[in-house]
Amino acid sequence: MKVKYFAWVRERIGKAEETLEPPADVRTVGELIGWLAQRGETYAYAFETPRVIRAAIDHTHVKSDAMISGAREIAFFPPMTGG
Amino acid sequence: MAANATIRIQQADFDVGHEIAALTKGRIDIGAVVSFSGICRGSENGEPIAALTLEHYPDMAEAEIKRHADEAISRWPLSGLTVIHRVGRIVPGENIVLVLAASAHRQAAFEAAEFLMDYLKANAPFWKREESTAGTSWIEAHDHDDAAAARWTKS
Repeated sequence: MKVKYFAWVRERIGKAEETLEPPADVRTVGELIGWLAQRGETYAYAFETPRVIRAAIDHTHVKSDAMISGAREIAFFPPMTGG
Repeated sequence: MAANATIRIQQADFDVGHEIAALTKGRIDIGAVVSFSGICRGSENGEPIAALTLEHYPDMAEAEIKRHADEAISRWPLSGLTVIHRVGRIVPGENIVLVLAASAHRQAAFEAAEFLMDYLKANAPFWKREESTAGTSWIEAHDHDDAAAARWTKS
């Protein structure tokens, strides 16, 4: 699946997007955050406070208990500050 | 007949008067247009800022604005809607966002414009970074923006 990062999540990780194949036991958005946070220091820094991280699957907002199976694109970003 | 929404995400500035004229041109069913402009302030928390830079998630931003515009059209008897959100670098005094809501009568136009702005602030994937003499930093989200959006949720 394609994983995208925005704003300070993108800056902390150091990349805007990547293609990842998480293991089968990573089933929810929250579990994916936990798995990503163990990929290295930059990821650990980006996901150090999971409760503030917002997520979207295929351009729709989702909560951390959302299932990721079948997702083509998952995005992680801080709370939005547009408008 | 349901109204159409005009939605644009663009780097360029916009002219509010021109957008209102475009929305109402040739129409005699519109009795009210409410216009909300979000404008870049020259200071944030008392500190002067040089500019804001807006980042967005292009495909999702379009989809979220469209979804909220469609909901506004389903909830209020609107004759037209325009939503423009700028991205890129914006200096103090320039426009950031525009919502126009047109209806036969003012109440629907006022309410739809406020609903859309509340939802855009809390849910549309845009992020502001400020430039100041101290460097650049991401603007933090406000809980009151989430609360403002939540009050429109139907129970």
